[in-house]
Amino acid sequence: MRKTLLLSIALTSAVALAGTAWAAERGRDGELRLLYWQAPSTMMPYLSGGTKELEASSVVIEPLARYDNDGKMHPWLAEEIPTVANGGVSEDLKSITWKIKPGIKWSDGSELTSADAVFTYEYCSHPDTGCTSSNYFNDIVSVDALDSHTIQINFTVAKPFPYAPFVGYNAPIMQKAQFDGCIGAKAQECTEQNFNPIGTGPFKVVDFKPNDVIVFEANELYREEGQPAFSKLLFKGGGDATSAARSVLETSEMHYAWNLQVEPEILTKMAEAGKGTIIAGFGTSVERLMVNFTNPDPDLGDDRAEYLGGNNNRNPHPFLADYAVRRALSLAIDRQILVDAGYGSAGKVGCNVLPAPAIYASDANDECKTQNVDEANRILDEAGWVRGSDGIRAKGGVRLSILYQTSTNSVRQGTQAFIKEMWKAIGVETELRNLSASVFFGGDPGSPDTYQKFYADIEMYTNNFSGTDPETYMANWTCKQVSRRANTWGGGNMPRWCNPDYDALSAEMSTTADLDDRIRLAKAMNDMLMQDYAMIPLIHRGGVSAFSNVIEGPRGNEWDSELWNIAEWHLR
Amino acid sequence: MIQYIIRRLLAAIPTLLVISFVIFAILDLAPNDPTGNLPMTVPPEVREQIRISLGLDQPMHIRYYKWLVQFFVNEPLNILQHSFGVTIGDAENRTRILSWATRSPVIDLIVERTPQTLWVVGLSFLFGILIAIPIGIVQAYRQYSLFDQIGTFVAMLGFSVPTFFTGVVAIILFSVQLKWFPMIYDTTLEITSWDNFVLQVKQMIMPVTVLAFYQASQLSRFMRAAILDNLNLDYVRTARSKGRSENAVLMIHVLRNSLIPIVTLIALGIPTIFGGAIITEQIFRVNGLGQLLIIAIEGADIPTVQTLTFLFAILIVLFNLIADVLYGMLDPRIRYD
Repeated sequence: MRKTLLLSIALTSAVALAGTAWAAERGRDGELRLLYWQAPSTMMPYLSGGTKELEASSVVIEPLARYDNDGKMHPWLAEEIPTVANGGVSEDLKSITWKIKPGIKWSDGSELTSADAVFTYEYCSHPDTGCTSSNYFNDIVSVDALDSHTIQINFTVAKPFPYAPFVGYNAPIMQKAQFDGCIGAKAQECTEQNFNPIGTGPFKVVDFKPNDVIVFEANELYREEGQPAFSKLLFKGGGDATSAARSVLETSEMHYAWNLQVEPEILTKMAEAGKGTIIAGFGTSVERLMVNFTNPDPDLGDDRAEYLGGNNNRNPHPFLADYAVRRALSLAIDRQILVDAGYGSAGKVGCNVLPAPAIYASDANDECKTQNVDEANRILDEAGWVRGSDGIRAKGGVRLSILYQTSTNSVRQGTQAFIKEMWKAIGVETELRNLSASVFFGGDPGSPDTYQKFYADIEMYTNNFSGTDPETYMANWTCKQVSRRANTWGGGNMPRWCNPDYDALSAEMSTTADLDDRIRLAKAMNDMLMQDYAMIPLIHRGGVSAFSNVIEGPRGNEWDSELWNIAEWHLR
Repeated sequence: MIQYIIRRLLAAIPTLLVISFVIFAILDLAPNDPTGNLPMTVPPEVREQIRISLGLDQPMHIRYYKWLVQFFVNEPLNILQHSFGVTIGDAENRTRILSWATRSPVIDLIVERTPQTLWVVGLSFLFGILIAIPIGIVQAYRQYSLFDQIGTFVAMLGFSVPTFFTGVVAIILFSVQLKWFPMIYDTTLEITSWDNFVLQVKQMIMPVTVLAFYQASQLSRFMRAAILDNLNLDYVRTARSKGRSENAVLMIHVLRNSLIPIVTLIALGIPTIFGGAIITEQIFRVNGLGQLLIIAIEGADIPTVQTLTFLFAILIVLFNLIADVLYGMLDPRIRYD
């Protein structure tokens, strides 16, 4: 009896062990198929033209630390996240020391060492490389390899948030042996390396056809046992978002589709077939109206939309400089309709320009969630804006007539149409304009139609920031960042709003290390912008992706690559 | 004839130079920016550095001259080296025309994509011709019959309904509802076995049909009109009265004469194959030359757009000449001096 019991226990555990051993085998699940309707043009994230390259390269080359879908940082190639508490960050906040996990190999068999990190820094900071992530390596004096697995980064100024270099999919570590000699102007010519980078990630490149398709296979030397579950990865690109959604949700030809900017009705209808799941991740993207505090009148010639003077603008906007007008414009908007019509589950009403991470979200501006046309009308009446015979308000010869511009995009044009109607109800006349995205966002100093030049009264677009720290983002609206002719419209302050109190808060944040204080300052800056209506936020936008119910594992990620945990994906 | 050809070729050279300059000027003056598609999080200093690294800080005439040298001297030398192993000059430091999006040579991109464009668009052109000619003949011969009326109606549908509509309808019908064909074209498919071949045929059926339908509609109208023109001529009556069978009259005499304008049209249409069917390629993700051009235009990837459009210009000028020569050869009434 005991013998049979022991035998049966032994047998069951043997079977169980064998079962788990089989279940954990690398490459057991065949081919994984991803569809990115904007096809990657290169596998080198440092020469990227957009997020698609960062995503494609993230399955091959990896950073020291990554953000998960909640915005939390995890050590990836590093052993742990350095902090002041564990001694990884120096007391004066001017240096940070990372320790690489021992035993990690590149897919060609060589060992990952700190020399690779030092080389990556040299590659991206070289002025002739044209590195897209060079601002992640700002303010660095040197990156030193203290030993084969220890990297020390020394900054020129105290950095309360020193986690920009080598964190996230914008700044992964490249192999020095492969890219040696490809620095500076030569970076462009190393096509073989740029298309087939050697990495430490779960997959390695087999074939790269730019703007078309990438074929990967599982990296045999990947550090986690039994991962990845898939032996092959097909990364297809091209086409449009709607057919990409169709291929996952209706025909199941693809397992995962990214960035589905599709009308909400179409997407929900496709999801009803039950073959796939839609994931919406909310990051820091806010679709907002920028208010022009300067006068964009074409008669002003070179001074058009120019901020003139010190802290007091000599060229104010004829009516948007009036607080009452700005507040009324915001109160008149029913943001829920805009979300329902254009974004569906991929959007929420946005009342803050800093909506995330959740710790930074202020609740002082929630009044904007409710439309209040009566109050808007009352404020305008009180401020002396009288309705003329055509129904449009005017005061002192100035009519409330707004030129409202944005990029060409069917959802944006829908939003414009709604807002035009809403503003008509409070006696404001609106002229709508849309410009091709590559021109509007192009930044060509010779073109009058860029969003930086702001030759209009109101403009609408989405802005966001990468990573989880808002300091650089909030610094965009300081006085010295005002976008003007003198800095070839390179500043980040499109509204040309200037408030010395705001500048003081921004300066204070750059020297504050304590997280609670940083949160307090960030919220205060956000509230200052919102309550003065420097910008009018509309929609907190999320990123929408879909995956087929055949697989399990995708969790989306607005803070890092959506493929951050691709090593864990498997067939259901 | 030879003199005519040489004269035309010589005249083509300044034409092509002017075309290349106009293309370059338009692209340069257009308010686009290769860093325009980068996410907003990339600050302006970084964008400026990227622009400088692409060579955008140099004045226009220098950039134009550089492109001319790269296109007419460096690239042909490269092709010479690759195909025949003949190395002239310094092979190591020869600057090639690099795409700004991929940072790889544009010629490599073109060579990589030509197979799928030729397969899909070329085949559809071929099928379009093979369908259009018989239909056009029968329609003209039996003018105003039921077949003619239906044929006219279908042809009208064919060239009025845009390919992005017929393409999407085809996808919904055959991929989503019936699940017969895949909706995504797999460019990595290599034909190594019967199964792979069947798969390749399956993924080509929809794009080829959509395009062939469009092209057949246009060509069948021309075919019908050309045959109608000839059916009423005197020589047809002569042939019939000489006792030739109806089949011989139609297929030998009338057809040959009617084919003359059709052959010219086909010769002029061949460059459009290389232009790819931009919309159809996008819908089915065939990712050929048309998609390359569209992506390059949207991303302000000027070297790629310039090289591609200039290559199309060369093809068009060349095939114009071929069409004229063919016309002269087929129609003995035409003489070029």
